[in-house]
Amino acid sequence: MNAAPVPPDVHAELKGVTRIYPAVPGAGAQMPIQALGPVDLDLGRGEFFAVVGPSGCGKSTFLEVLAGLQKPTAGSVIFEGKPVSGQVPEGIGVVFQEDASFPWLTVWDNVAFGLRRSGVAAPEVRRRVEDAIAFMGLKDFARAYPSQLSGGMRQRVCIARTLVLQPRLILLDEPFGALDAQTRLLMGDEVLRLWRRTGATVLLITHALDEAAMLADRVGAMSARPGRFIEIIATGWPRERDSTIVGEAAFGEITGRLWERLRGESLKALGHSGVSAMAAE
Amino acid sequence: MTATRRTADTLLLLLGLVVFWEILHRIAGETAMPAPLSTFAYLVHNLTTPRFIANLTTTGLELGYALLLAYGIGLSIGVWMGAHRLSGAVGEPILVSLYSLPKITLYPVVLLIFGLGISGKVAFGALHGVLPVALLTMGAIRTIPPVYLRAARSLQLSPWQTIATVLLPAALPEVFTGLRIGFTVTLLGVLLGEMFASKEGLGAMIINALQLVQGEEMMTVAVVLFAFAALANGFLLFIEHRLHRRA
Amino acid sequence: MTRIGLIRLVVIVALVGVLELACRTGLIDHRVIIPPSEMASALWTLLVSGSLDADIARTLGLIGLVTALSIVLGFAAGIAIHALPRLRGALDPFFATYYAVPIFIFYPVLIAIFGLSLMPIVLIGVATAIVAMIIATLNGLDRVPRVLGKVARVHRLGRVATALQLQLPAAAPYLFTGIKLAVSYGFIAVIAAEFILSPAGLGRDIADAYADFNNRRMYALILFLLIVATLLNAVLHGLDMRFAARRSGGRL
Repeated sequence: MNAAPVPPDVHAELKGVTRIYPAVPGAGAQMPIQALGPVDLDLGRGEFFAVVGPSGCGKSTFLEVLAGLQKPTAGSVIFEGKPVSGQVPEGIGVVFQEDASFPWLTVWDNVAFGLRRSGVAAPEVRRRVEDAIAFMGLKDFARAYPSQLSGGMRQRVCIARTLVLQPRLILLDEPFGALDAQTRLLMGDEVLRLWRRTGATVLLITHALDEAAMLADRVGAMSARPGRFIEIIATGWPRERDSTIVGEAAFGEITGRLWERLRGESLKALGHSGVSAMAAE
Repeated sequence: MTATRRTADTLLLLLGLVVFWEILHRIAGETAMPAPLSTFAYLVHNLTTPRFIANLTTTGLELGYALLLAYGIGLSIGVWMGAHRLSGAVGEPILVSLYSLPKITLYPVVLLIFGLGISGKVAFGALHGVLPVALLTMGAIRTIPPVYLRAARSLQLSPWQTIATVLLPAALPEVFTGLRIGFTVTLLGVLLGEMFASKEGLGAMIINALQLVQGEEMMTVAVVLFAFAALANGFLLFIEHRLHRRA
Repeated sequence: MTRIGLIRLVVIVALVGVLELACRTGLIDHRVIIPPSEMASALWTLLVSGSLDADIARTLGLIGLVTALSIVLGFAAGIAIHALPRLRGALDPFFATYYAVPIFIFYPVLIAIFGLSLMPIVLIGVATAIVAMIIATLNGLDRVPRVLGKVARVHRLGRVATALQLQLPAAAPYLFTGIKLAVSYGFIAVIAAEFILSPAGLGRDIADAYADFNNRRMYALILFLLIVATLLNAVLHGLDMRFAARRSGGRL
């Protein structure tokens, strides 16, 4: 474990990115909020990068700016050499925190949704959708509706829907937030499988230190609002890893170091939301 | 969006409505659609005449009696079907179907049974009002958390005490919604009844004014009714919100 | 059929049976209510003779027109108002009170303006039904989960595609509620208008039959309308259940 070097093949980069939410007029004097930045980051092609930080620190904003869902107030975002601004570029896939599966479509139609509209031929659509459904373990549920599935399975549907478009950069915004601890570990294994199988660059947002430490090649610890990277730690895990590495000594060191950096930030975040400083005792 | 801004916007909209009225008047002519100002003058002048008062009283009486019937019968049916599971399960779809039926089709039957006088309109109004009261009361009773009943038993309350001090307060907010909606549809039923084969009442006034080509009278009655209904509903809503907040 | 459904059927049949018996034994005066079986046979005779066809066409046609207009215009208005929050804020109290007020009382005024043509009926019908559709559309659009908008952008869908492929299906249950209400209100308004004052139509028929003391014809017509209303409700209810099962079905 050491401070991370700059990756050789840069897939996406953020330079001096800040994001300020403007004041909302008429809703009582509300100040503009600086949610993020300034942030600088180079994402290496094919690496697994996790962002960890306290609630409200701007992690989701970070992801949305990177994806092109929001425009940075200052700074620039570059993906595959081209600037990202206001529009989500082709090649980026996003899995959101909330359940984004479409309740009116079957699992099969959900997964096929984006692919159908991209002009790919029908036989190819069928092949890719069945592939993705099988890969995410949804084969028995292809004809079911999302309302008949558990939360974890619905997230798998969303992941499959993203997968099927063969994105080169996959962004995951706390996708396992609503799941219990054991399921999260197993889902973590799923994500690692996904990562190895697709060869894509993966960026995962999470508030769980252990999840970040286990999954990522590099972990960015983000400060309380406005979010900035306090430290980027390289984990040094081999590519062929799974959830059993939580037993390794290095795992404990990494999570320890992360908490050391983030404990103070978490307290600050609590202070932001008006909770008393009793927690500091 | 601040509260004062919203009120201002709404007042602006009301003003726009009056302007629209005026434009309609310019297009349609004096007899078809009188101007807002002349209507207002007519209203002020005539509201206190004996003729107007008599018709107002008739409608008011019919409404009052109809509400008594609708509330009384509706509450009874609602409580029964709410407390007695089987009756509720069997009867609810029937009530729901009746609710969406155009009850105007049954008006001749009501007239045949109750005659052309006040009782016909009272019955017709009550017929409208019974259903929402019954349905919402039933819903209210059904959704009382069973734990309340267990608490009442553990406190050794008598059945009457249970009903009066636990069930009724618990069910009151939703029951009151039923009463409010019941008020609206009962009023509508009474007015509809008056508009057909009736000589007294505000509904009859409007039809009469139509036949005598008295535009101002028509609009005046319409405005009076709208204002009354809106105010009554507002008042009932106010109480309803207080009840819900308390719950 | 479930046990409760069976009980319900028995109850309804029993009630009709009691009515039949009461009429036939003279308990209920023939001049007030005629036996249900006579209502049915009178209706059958009328339908078979074809003499009702013109009025049926007119009334059902008007209901159809009113409903269609209310749904389409109400939906469009709902979308427009949803996109203009300030307008919506101003209209809110208006919508809240709309159905508390006897809108129908305007029908005679409309006749004064447009005469005894189709216009007053269509206008009062649409006026009654359209606001329900607008409110339902606003509700539905409100409840489209925000994340769906983001998904649309990730898939790089344009405005129209987002509206048609995501917002519309997501809002569909609420829109359907609006449609049910629009149908119901349209039906009621048209029949009431025909009954009170109209040159033709089933409602007018009933009023005439009443005035002529022609109970057989009157009850036949009333029965017809009751059957149509019940069928309409059943169809809409059936559609509702089909879609609802899809959306909140039991866990697998």
